[in-house]
Amino acid sequence: MARQDALAPRSGTGAPMWEYRESRENPALAGIRDRSGLWINGEETEPLSGRWFSTIDPATEEHLSMVAEAGPADVDRAVGAAREAVAGWAAMPVAERAKSLFRLARLVQERSRELAVLDTRDGGKPIREARDVDLPLVAAHFFYHAGWADKLEYAFPGVEPRPMGVVGQVIPWNFPLLMAAWKVAPALATGNTVVLKPAETTPLSALRLAEIAAEAGLPPGVLNVIPGAGETGADLVGHRGVDKVAFTGSTQVGKEIRRRLAGSGKALTLELGGKGAHVIFDDAPLDQAVEGVVNGIFFNQGQVCCAGSRLLVQESVASEFVDRLRRRLSTLRVGDPLDKNTDVGAINSAAHLERITELVESGQEEGALIYQPPCELPDRGFWFPPTLFTDVSQSHRIAREEIFGPVLSILTFRTPGEAVERANNTPYGLASGVWTSKGSRILWMADRLAAGVVWANTYNKFDPASPFGGVRESGFGREGGRHGLAAYLRGVG
Amino acid sequence: MGERLAVRKTYKLYIDGGFPRSESGRTFPFVSGGGSEVVHLSRASRKDLRMAVRAARAALAGWTGRSGYNRGQILYRVAEMVEDRAATFAAQLELGGSSVSDARAEVAEAVDLLIWYAGWCDKYVQVTGNMNPVTGPFFNISVPEPVGVVGMVATSAPVLRGLVAGVAPVISSGNTVVVVASPAQPMIAITLAEALATADVPAGVVNVLTGFPAELAPWLASHMDVNAVDLSGVHPDALPDLEEAASHNLKRTGRWETPDANLYRIAAFTEIKTVWHPKGR
Repeated sequence: MARQDALAPRSGTGAPMWEYRESRENPALAGIRDRSGLWINGEETEPLSGRWFSTIDPATEEHLSMVAEAGPADVDRAVGAAREAVAGWAAMPVAERAKSLFRLARLVQERSRELAVLDTRDGGKPIREARDVDLPLVAAHFFYHAGWADKLEYAFPGVEPRPMGVVGQVIPWNFPLLMAAWKVAPALATGNTVVLKPAETTPLSALRLAEIAAEAGLPPGVLNVIPGAGETGADLVGHRGVDKVAFTGSTQVGKEIRRRLAGSGKALTLELGGKGAHVIFDDAPLDQAVEGVVNGIFFNQGQVCCAGSRLLVQESVASEFVDRLRRRLSTLRVGDPLDKNTDVGAINSAAHLERITELVESGQEEGALIYQPPCELPDRGFWFPPTLFTDVSQSHRIAREEIFGPVLSILTFRTPGEAVERANNTPYGLASGVWTSKGSRILWMADRLAAGVVWANTYNKFDPASPFGGVRESGFGREGGRHGLAAYLRGVG
Repeated sequence: MGERLAVRKTYKLYIDGGFPRSESGRTFPFVSGGGSEVVHLSRASRKDLRMAVRAARAALAGWTGRSGYNRGQILYRVAEMVEDRAATFAAQLELGGSSVSDARAEVAEAVDLLIWYAGWCDKYVQVTGNMNPVTGPFFNISVPEPVGVVGMVATSAPVLRGLVAGVAPVISSGNTVVVVASPAQPMIAITLAEALATADVPAGVVNVLTGFPAELAPWLASHMDVNAVDLSGVHPDALPDLEEAASHNLKRTGRWETPDANLYRIAAFTEIKTVWHPKGR
């Protein structure tokens, strides 16, 4: 029997295309140097490992800088520096600790154009997002947490706030500086010292942050940054001088870290993968929902742990909704991340592009129907076009596994109960979205969705005051808000 | 007339509101101080544990769905039932070696702890959740929700108070629990189960297994339908293996040294859910 696409467009997907004049940000603003050493004890230093690796621009494959790789002796040195600094930092008058973080927030604001260009070049994200989302949030994150530093006794009733000590943090490449801010700001505000390992494909902005922190007057050793790959991360989380580990990355690595820390007595928080369900009811404002879905899956090329990668549309509006979604997709501009018009930038690395490609091929092999708008991809660099899959069944890999790319799997449902069941049919539980104009249904859904974050009639909104983190295999602990402080204080959960 | 022969109680497991023997038919003896009395308790098997987890999972939605007010009343009722059995608990604690005064004090503390947590059921959300003042036109609220099915290896220090200090915070927020009783004085856990069973605690909300924790704890820690484990009763030497077993589905793990009244023991078995919604006309 010939297979038919039940959600085939009823009208053409042709949408008006506008001419854009290229508006390219100046790449030199990033101020990238030939060599980027480790940052330990308040200064840039050569790696004892003797190893250096190249970090490239994923949009052009152009070499950017040689970056020092921290080996075991370097990890030891960084943890030692953090250990040395911990007593002084924790004993510093809290108002002074707050002021130094406020100063750091101000310096980030002042240098945010430079930092935005740096993250765009090192990571491939559109400059529009780095400039309008990442950097404002980075500054806000430091500013928000600075103010907590001298008010911790108000945060958790009945207990005296006590820092953990030395915190080892490992962050991913999707929001290089923002993830650093999410980790570093609460850890420092609560009186801990930090050894941070940025991702091997995006180490530059975290190193720049360490320089800025020194400029802000943070004492040596309070913030140490040691680039490297998985091995460096493993050395860091396993180091005996580390009291607490915070990790953002894949569920697989998160489980490995959990195993490795078993019985160590180290505190641990994990912010891991997701397979976010985005539920659209028939009474939703469809055009707004289309914007929400597009933002949910194509923001940062879908390389977002809370991406709304599973679309659940109520059957009665599915065909209409997918039509509108296809039309909207054809207006997305894919290309040069430094062009301020660009909506979808480069995939972070060749290895990651391979993984996305493999999963998309599995979707086709398993029988789902693919749609990609016509778009020209640059010759060099790592690119993947915005992709929709219809005729997806719950058992398909593209409906179960985190793709971490601009790929949306579309499923349908009939009743609210079925929507909940399908949305929760995953071992993950990071974020979910729901679109409906019925208030009681929003609250009913919000109660039942197994997720740490529920976006109702919106998606992918972030704020330093708002706790973020998952349930089930999306990890444990929260980042941001009052609840995020608990991850760095003893005895409060 | 000769002395009347006392009627002794048979101690069985507590699963899904009933008191079955172990499906394995196994028992283990508990010899009280001085060897004056020998009690044969059910030695729970892996299959009993599985049945207990199933019961806890089945009971979860109903218990979570109760109002905090209702859960509070039920916990208060548990306190009433324990107070009512104060003499029984005290006698059992004495069998385990407690002095008369220590035994009485421990029962009183356990009752008071139950009442403390009973009062939290309809309040902890207000204290551990909050609105978030985000930038932009959004309503944003963070609320704690129960984590789900909790496995617990109960502490023996001290046995009744430790048990209450473990179970009460976990169920106060709407979790259900499978408890592996401390082998130190296992009858206490079953007597507590009897109090629970007569206190309107719905079947399956608390399940109690007696037996050998070293045998049962690994299955509990690795069970994929258990969301969190309280390992307070585990010897530190056993922690690495159990925490490793817990990593398979990323169970939340916790361990408390002291059986105190502690709001953050409720918080430890909740998940913060944050909901955003735009504001507009």
